Amino acid sequence: MAEPMLEAREIVKSFGRVHALRGANFTVFPGEVVALVGDNGAGKSTLVKTLAGVHPPDAGEILFEGRPVHIASPVAARRLGIETVYQDLALAAELDPAANLYLGREIMRGGVLGRLGFLDKAEMRRRGDQQFKELGVAIQDTSASVATMSGGQRQGVAVSRAVTWASKVVFMDEPTAALGVVQTRNVLDLIRRVRDRGLAVVLISHNMPEVLEVADRIEVLRLGERVARFERGDVTMEQIVGAMTGAIKHEEEAA
Amino acid sequence: MSSTTEQEPEHGDVLVAQVEEQLRAPAWTRLLTGSSTFIGLILVGLIVVFSILSYTNFVSASNARNVATDAAVLLVVAVGMTFVIVTAGIDLSVGSVLVFAGVVAARAMHAVGGNSWGTIIVGLLVALGCGLGWGVINGFLISKAKVPALIVTLGTFGMALGFALLITGGVDERSVPFKLVDTIGTGRVGNQVPYLVIIAFAVAAVFAVLLHATRFGRYTFAIGSNEEAARRAGIRVDRHLIKVYALMGMLSGLAGFLSLARFSTTTIGGHSTDNLQAIAAVVIGGTSLFGGVGTLLGTIFGVFIPAVLQNGFVIVGVQPFWQQVAVGAVLILAVYLDQLRRRSEYQR
Repeated sequence: MAEPMLEAREIVKSFGRVHALRGANFTVFPGEVVALVGDNGAGKSTLVKTLAGVHPPDAGEILFEGRPVHIASPVAARRLGIETVYQDLALAAELDPAANLYLGREIMRGGVLGRLGFLDKAEMRRRGDQQFKELGVAIQDTSASVATMSGGQRQGVAVSRAVTWASKVVFMDEPTAALGVVQTRNVLDLIRRVRDRGLAVVLISHNMPEVLEVADRIEVLRLGERVARFERGDVTMEQIVGAMTGAIKHEEEAA
Repeated sequence: MSSTTEQEPEHGDVLVAQVEEQLRAPAWTRLLTGSSTFIGLILVGLIVVFSILSYTNFVSASNARNVATDAAVLLVVAVGMTFVIVTAGIDLSVGSVLVFAGVVAARAMHAVGGNSWGTIIVGLLVALGCGLGWGVINGFLISKAKVPALIVTLGTFGMALGFALLITGGVDERSVPFKLVDTIGTGRVGNQVPYLVIIAFAVAAVFAVLLHATRFGRYTFAIGSNEEAARRAGIRVDRHLIKVYALMGMLSGLAGFLSLARFSTTTIGGHSTDNLQAIAAVVIGGTSLFGGVGTLLGTIFGVFIPAVLQNGFVIVGVQPFWQQVAVGAVLILAVYLDQLRRRSEYQR
């Protein structure tokens, strides 16, 4: 198989006396969707936040395209081409969708005005509208604040931001949790299209049918460690749930 | 399809928003809470009412000048306060910083001596520098030491005033260059528009552009809206907050200098409620205490509503103490409207 896009080895992360990750491993290849599954408290979100630079790990090694890297901050992750859709959305609710899309990467006016710090709001709105349209996010009033929008639209904005800027890896932490049937379908379609562009997509989800439908591979976390890896097609729901609940205790047993 | 309402053409990829979810607030709350228009209308309404009640006294160039001059120094402070409150912060220290800057500037001008523009410019720079210093202290303690803004600025509120009293021994400094008082303090352009008013509005205009058209302003809103989102988007939140409080301090320093020019004395005892007046003006102007929402135009209206009320009550012969009652009521109404807006937007 090709070289992994991103690989985590023996990641340890504790918050006070809570050991969220106890030597977790994780691998994702370019052009695939990996589902990261596990019961509540298994360490999925912590692992994603570690790899996205939100919480640097206490111990362990992260390899990006085969090189060891130190991802000290979200900005460092972004420089590597890693974007994240957080479970808690991380949008600035009072700003409009285009402002959120370009937050931290604003388009400035040309010439002297730009150097004085003036924003090119019209251009950001124009390109934002175009981007939302391409990604199939329906927003009626693009000048309204995100706070006035439905859960589906907000999720659409958050997902659009991640896939607009990601060049290597997109993490999505429960991207469909708040969505209805139609919107969920659209997010899953979007995930496939991002994968087809050659990016690595990491999907965290509790929804097993969704995972079986969209994921090329599945990695299972339990109590802060990877306990199983499955390929698409040769896995049943029972096997996944077995790994999640501890019926299958070690990676080797499941292989 | 789950939605019962048919809507826009829906090509396969569209993340269709369910129309049921678009729980629109009633039209009147949207109008009232939409922008600074409502508060502008209140101001216009007040002016109309006072004009009808006492046309000859209220509607005159000299009265307009009085109101605007009274409001000018507060406007400068409220401009800075708008930035602070948009970040979901607060600054209680402004009045004391104003006094401190005025006292040190007066001392500096006295030390330099003379009655020239050079002396005045020294005074201005000293006032701005003092304000900036206190602002940086506030910003650093709030963003880096993580002490709540309310506490930090309550502390520096006491400290700045204490130092001002220590420097002067509690006696107002009166040695202000005549030239400063004659020009900036009481002079008028074309014998009509006071310099104080022009300076205050120029400051408001410049900072309105900064808040609404630049990246600095955008980050100010983003931090107030969702600090964690701003941080994850790569914005250096701590540094930005220090800059915002530094700006606030500098504008307090400028206000101290303008106050010095206007009264030709340091008015040490006269600024203990400046902070509350500035906060009230900003909030009346539609800026949300929860951050992320606000306009500088609204703040200008918010400064002038209390000023017009005060002036109007005196002219129509109502006891001016009613102004405090009325301003208090308007303040509560403004925050209530903000709450309505938030409730209509967030509860879904």
